[in-house]
Amino acid sequence: MELFINQVLAGIATGAIYACMALAIVMIFQAIDHLNFAQGEMAMFATFIAWQLMQWGVPYWWAFLLTLIISFAGGVIIERLLFKPLAKAPVLTNVAGFIALFAIVNSVAGLIWDFTIKQFPTPFGSSPFLGSQLISTHQVGMIGVTLGLLIALFVFFRFTRIGLAMRAAAAMPESARLVGINTGWMVALGWGMASAIGAIAGILIAPVVFLEPNMMGGVLIYGFAAAVLGGLTSPLGAVLGGFLVGVFENLVGTYVPGVGNELKLPIALALIVIVLVVKPTGLMGHTVVKRV
Amino acid sequence: MNFQQKLRIATFSTAIMAFAATGGSALAQKKYDTGASDAEIKIGNIMPYSGPASAYGIIGKTEAAYFQMINDKGGINGRKVNFITYDDAYSPPKAVEHTRKLVESDEVLLVFNPLGTPSNTAIQKYLNAKKVPQLFVATGAAKWNDPTHFPWTMGWQPNYQDEARIYAKYLLKEKPDAKVAVLYQNDDFGKDYVKGFKEGLGDKAKSMIVIEESYEVSEPTIDSHIVKIKASGADTLMDFTTPKFAAQTIKKNGELNWKPLHIVTNVSISVGAVMKPAGFEHGQGVLSAAYLKDGADPQWNDDEGMKKWIAFVDKYMPGANKADSGLVYGYGAAQTLHKVLEMAGDNLTRANVMKQAASLKDFQTDVALPGVKINTSATDFAPIQQVRMMRFKGEKWELFGDIISSDGSH
Repeated sequence: MELFINQVLAGIATGAIYACMALAIVMIFQAIDHLNFAQGEMAMFATFIAWQLMQWGVPYWWAFLLTLIISFAGGVIIERLLFKPLAKAPVLTNVAGFIALFAIVNSVAGLIWDFTIKQFPTPFGSSPFLGSQLISTHQVGMIGVTLGLLIALFVFFRFTRIGLAMRAAAAMPESARLVGINTGWMVALGWGMASAIGAIAGILIAPVVFLEPNMMGGVLIYGFAAAVLGGLTSPLGAVLGGFLVGVFENLVGTYVPGVGNELKLPIALALIVIVLVVKPTGLMGHTVVKRV
Repeated sequence: MNFQQKLRIATFSTAIMAFAATGGSALAQKKYDTGASDAEIKIGNIMPYSGPASAYGIIGKTEAAYFQMINDKGGINGRKVNFITYDDAYSPPKAVEHTRKLVESDEVLLVFNPLGTPSNTAIQKYLNAKKVPQLFVATGAAKWNDPTHFPWTMGWQPNYQDEARIYAKYLLKEKPDAKVAVLYQNDDFGKDYVKGFKEGLGDKAKSMIVIEESYEVSEPTIDSHIVKIKASGADTLMDFTTPKFAAQTIKKNGELNWKPLHIVTNVSISVGAVMKPAGFEHGQGVLSAAYLKDGADPQWNDDEGMKKWIAFVDKYMPGANKADSGLVYGYGAAQTLHKVLEMAGDNLTRANVMKQAASLKDFQTDVALPGVKINTSATDFAPIQQVRMMRFKGEKWELFGDIISSDGSH
């Protein structure tokens, strides 16, 4: 029983990592209707920027804020320079673009900051939380930030004009344009926000997995699994999906003999396939109806 | 004999020896194979500068810089080294393609320190068929020491299985009733360690090992495995992991307040890249074994060899991260090849290069730990077989015990 509780707790802690990443994935999906395969690498790069700022003596929270602004601008610039010209191109062209971006960002980070792992500070401390030795204050802080972010996103998309305009631009670009929404800039805005959320995710994840150019590789796949499970259109679903994937993965790895350790990653991939086959909208997502 | 006579004899014999030394070499014919000439020696190399193992690319850069330094000092026996290195992205097919290019189009004398077990496995047969030296390969697999079947292939670093046997020996002696948990990376690297470790424990493996847990490199964190291992009641942790995961384990153990006897692999001992990120307070008492000095460890600041290394890095690789163990590794490997080519003199045939490489006697690189010497012979193609156990204390590793030879024979 103790092992069970411990594994669930460890799963929730790891799940917070996936949830963070899944939020960024949902954000970009809301904006452009595609998955961005370079999302993880962009988050990693942003985390390196934060680290570099701190190495130069900038205090944590200022570095945090500056990184968010830089990431937002970076996201907008990438959209304007690389993906606006591809907007009308087939999906596969876009996917190729994402993968190219993935490789470029990864290698450039390696070139600038090299591949040795780096320690990343946490504002929450890493002592045991409330006497529990299984979950640290940083992980609790991370869960808190994820939930805060979720509420902010919910309010943004549900109640603000610009949030509604963004949803409209992604779901029905034609109609959105007709009612006077500048869909081009909505997409750029979506890139900026996704990039900034990715930066938050990276900054929260780095103290746990350590900062290095390949730190997001595995995280992104689990993030995809979480987002698909929860529903690609629902921030709440993504966060829920993150925690579920984290707990599920640990329990299966611990209790299902044979599956054990070797199949932990395939579990995440199998989850993606199963959800897409059985319930394509995920747990919380809604069906997108498209006129053809 | 009076003093005068003694002096005369001494002078005379010195003169003869001097004549033999100078005149002898002047008379000997210079011999060259493809890739060597009066002016230069061409050396080929394969490195993963891109792709999943690109962290090791720094080794190739260090070697290029090392030979640049040698050329600036006049080369080896008056010949400049032309170091040609290609990126195989850790992909065996690309390694084969580039190796063919090195041999057939660039016409190198030898292929030096190609990195990675998969890549070296892929090019081994080709190079042996062509009789081109595959010298000092950069992998710790056990299979490179096989002069009977592959007389043109030679390893360099201590192999993983031998290292694991040393840990087993240590446990049997210091903690024979240990309840051992084994955590390993689920690939050739991790499995080599597990194999060596179990062989080292022998009959006691079954009773001593209480849990074996493996993880995939793609997993973001290994927290769940640590939780499971801790719950098994083990009091000893064999941590056969690569640097990032070793750091995660050390940190997680600290956070869980779990203090087993903890042994990490030689691959994961960098003070700058493992122990510091994990947190020095969590790493106290961790054990491992080493054969090279650590560039970020202040205990070597006054060491003659490391002073040379630091001067080299400052001049030829300005801005490089001294905590990166690849810089030490590349320097040590390049210096070993430097020594072999020096020994080969004017007889730069591929056969003689292999012969000299197999005749290293007590050679010590600037970056090897005191007492760790390179010895090879016609039947022993494993250059470095000595390590020392060490314990992490404060902010550095403290060596303890004697030099241990991993093969157990000498």
